[in-house]
Amino acid sequence: MAAQEVAAQPSDTLATLKTESETLKTKLEEERAKLHDVELHQVAEKIEALGQFVMKTRRTLKGHGNKVLCMDWCKDKRRIVSSSQDGKVIVWDAFTTNKEHAVTMPCTWVMACAYAPSGCAVACGGLDNKCSVYPLSLDKNENLAAKKKSVAMHTNYLSACCFTNSDMQILTSSGDGTCALWDVESGQMLQSFHGHAADVLCLDLAPSETGNTFVSGGCDKKACVWDMRTGQCVQSFETHESDINSVRYYPSGDAFASGSDDATCRLYDLRADREVAIYSKESIIFGASSVDFSLSGRLLFGGYNDYTINVWDVLKGTRVSILFGHENRVSTLRVSPDGTAFCSGSWDHTLRIWA
Amino acid sequence: MSGSSNIVAMKKIVQQLRFEANINRVKVSQAAAELQQFCIQNALQDPLLTGVSSSTNPFRTQKAFSCSCDISAGEKTKKTTAMMCN
Repeated sequence: MAAQEVAAQPSDTLATLKTESETLKTKLEEERAKLHDVELHQVAEKIEALGQFVMKTRRTLKGHGNKVLCMDWCKDKRRIVSSSQDGKVIVWDAFTTNKEHAVTMPCTWVMACAYAPSGCAVACGGLDNKCSVYPLSLDKNENLAAKKKSVAMHTNYLSACCFTNSDMQILTSSGDGTCALWDVESGQMLQSFHGHAADVLCLDLAPSETGNTFVSGGCDKKACVWDMRTGQCVQSFETHESDINSVRYYPSGDAFASGSDDATCRLYDLRADREVAIYSKESIIFGASSVDFSLSGRLLFGGYNDYTINVWDVLKGTRVSILFGHENRVSTLRVSPDGTAFCSGSWDHTLRIWA
Repeated sequence: MSGSSNIVAMKKIVQQLRFEANINRVKVSQAAAELQQFCIQNALQDPLLTGVSSSTNPFRTQKAFSCSCDISAGEKTKKTTAMMCN
């Protein structure tokens, strides 16, 4: 009898809530459509087309014994940290290609790694469901693993990690469907972000001028923008047709790009609250694993599962170059902090620096 | 039991949708113009866009000879890299 009374409240029945949710979704689409007065590439018709690009592999970093899964640049614009399926995390000097540090993780598939803003530590994790921070010692003989600090604990694999503006906080995303913000010193969770309906595969922090938000992408085909202070999802976008493998903010912070298993990359504008460009070609049928912008935001570099890197004109929507060289899937790609080069990592065990 | 947790979940979804439906938006034409403006303003400071010369790009400064190999063949690129970076 009590159960019946609870179910009888009209505003709360499952059916009425479902109807309301459908109505709201329609309303959301209508509001977005009202402002869709033009396409980005139409606005960009008047600007000059880009010329021919000559980008080549300038360095090849060899040393991983298995697939390279992730990499990140140090703010000094020359050091790089990379992680691999074989459990190794390596810090390189990209100018000389020398290895400066190497750590063996207790797990395989180290899917995430990040350089601390100070350049004095790296964070990494993967199938161990954790994110650990290793301070980088100047003493090459020192055993880095001894100083390891476990920071984040998820209930499934760690897919991405990123320091916030200091060495003190780390943002993580996980196969458990959540993202979280952690205090490095205490290991305490400061905020958690719930809303994805499946594994979260990637995240990116908004440029500092834009304020405290970040974007995440997942196997639920959704990209979500989060308020770091409240834990609330403030905007979400669901136009991809498959897993979103990579998300990256446009340098101004007003938009972000995504790369997906549906073989497209897309641009979403945050103020217009909608997708404003799709970067695709009929000939591109393999998923995009990683994306990043050049410094001005005019170029979008996409690493794909067909071993290539496609370079897109962000405004006009056209492809300006295709780069060959890797001998297996490109799994990770980042432009250097000063924009002079970008680095790609691949299942072919190598990393390449292009400029 | 499971009935009420479904309702709680649905309520959250509805709340989230209400929030998202009510945010302020600008027209695509305005947003696009601003994206374009940013690109143009920063174009000259973008080394990958402007193609900075070898003397200023630390990754391009290299061993003596230049190579006019076409980068469209994977095999050639491998050899080029081997030659350039010893």
